[in-house]
Amino acid sequence: MHRHFDEALKNLKEKILRMSGLVEEIIGTAIKALLERNSELAYKVIKSDDAINMLEIEIDDLCMKLLALYQPTAGDLRFITSTMKICNDLERIADLGVNIAQRTLDLLKVPPLKVKIDIPKMATASREMLKDSLNAFVNKDSKLAYEVCKRDDEVDKLNHEIFMAVFQCTPEDQKPVERVIDLILVAKNLERIADHSTNICEDVIYLVDGKVIKHHITD
Amino acid sequence: MVNNGVKIEVQGLEIWFDQIYALKPLNIQIKDKEILGVIGPANSGKTTFLRSLNRFNDLNDNFRFKGSISLDGKNIHKDIAVGELRKKVGMVFALPIPLPLSIFENVVYGPRRHGVNDKNKLEEIVERTLKEAYLWDEVKDRLQVSGMKLSGGQQQRLCLARTLAVEPDVILYDEPCSGLDPISTAKIEEAMSRFKDKYTQILVTNNTKQAARVSDRTAFFLMGDLVEIDRTDKMFTYPSDSRTNDYISGRFG
Repeated sequence: MHRHFDEALKNLKEKILRMSGLVEEIIGTAIKALLERNSELAYKVIKSDDAINMLEIEIDDLCMKLLALYQPTAGDLRFITSTMKICNDLERIADLGVNIAQRTLDLLKVPPLKVKIDIPKMATASREMLKDSLNAFVNKDSKLAYEVCKRDDEVDKLNHEIFMAVFQCTPEDQKPVERVIDLILVAKNLERIADHSTNICEDVIYLVDGKVIKHHITD
Repeated sequence: MVNNGVKIEVQGLEIWFDQIYALKPLNIQIKDKEILGVIGPANSGKTTFLRSLNRFNDLNDNFRFKGSISLDGKNIHKDIAVGELRKKVGMVFALPIPLPLSIFENVVYGPRRHGVNDKNKLEEIVERTLKEAYLWDEVKDRLQVSGMKLSGGQQQRLCLARTLAVEPDVILYDEPCSGLDPISTAKIEEAMSRFKDKYTQILVTNNTKQAARVSDRTAFFLMGDLVEIDRTDKMFTYPSDSRTNDYISGRFG
């Protein structure tokens, strides 16, 4: 049976997918701006955050209306509550992208650090986690979601390695101090992107399997 | 006596009305003092199941059954007289049917038939049951008025008080709020919640949201089969069977 409610759910799904696409794009662009030292792209990232913020408000509003008007249950209920949480994570991820862009603009004021710090590797790992978490959501693929959750440890490890590498630079390389702090902050932002991607995957697992795996991943 | 917390045990129950196979082999245990919600679309067997618990189906000439139902470990077809069974297992119907008597006489109709005639005792029953049914405050000054003068919602609560007056162990509700406004519905539901430590209650309802609000466990019937029975909070967030998901989300039925 077709329900009027299905139209509203479809509308919600379209919005959250649009937001996912924009967030994935903003993170891709922020990383590109960082690695290619491209200020134009960094500014583009900072500007595009507004659209994501607006979508967050629209999605929250729509979810509240659907809960109030239709009092959904079971699969519909899990979809709406998961969407609300994922929407929140997506908005935070976009903010982290903006942070990376702002650090990039600062880093552009000084020459690059001579010591090799593997930001590209970490950036790729975080971006892939984000991409796969959104794929898991779109395709309701809890197996992929579990797999992405496990990758969070790897990103944490890379973050730690970057921190140690910066820490072990010669006093000469550590100057100016703003440069190494910016690099540490960039790594921290990438690590937070991976954390939020993990949150998204946890919500996907609840959405699909009805299981709560937060705080004690078992499978 | 209640056996291991089980009030009613249904084993291999099958029901036919003439050629119609209304209930397929059913095994279900109803726990003492739980509220069991029973949901399902038309012709799912939910009312047939409910009516089997106080042998109401027996009133239908075409009725045949197999299997057994026991109440407190006693077979309801062999070990308990029908009259005694219906005293223990009361029923509230979809349409309130007050007797053409005063409010007072409506409530004490059952107790009188069971031989209670002491005026003080009867007054006590009337006050207790009308309070339990959330009707006392609205009618305490006009107990001699005809029960039929009450509003639909009040009549339903009067019928509930009448059911309570014979001190049942189990109360069956067959769509008790189907014709009631939200406030009257809320009063019936509130009464059901208050009864939790006193009676075992089984609620058949077309209003799945009502089952969600009121019951501890919910059973979902479909075409004579029990599809799923589970804790209500689990059932309404993550049902095991996709047919349950579709039914409670309003996709069919």
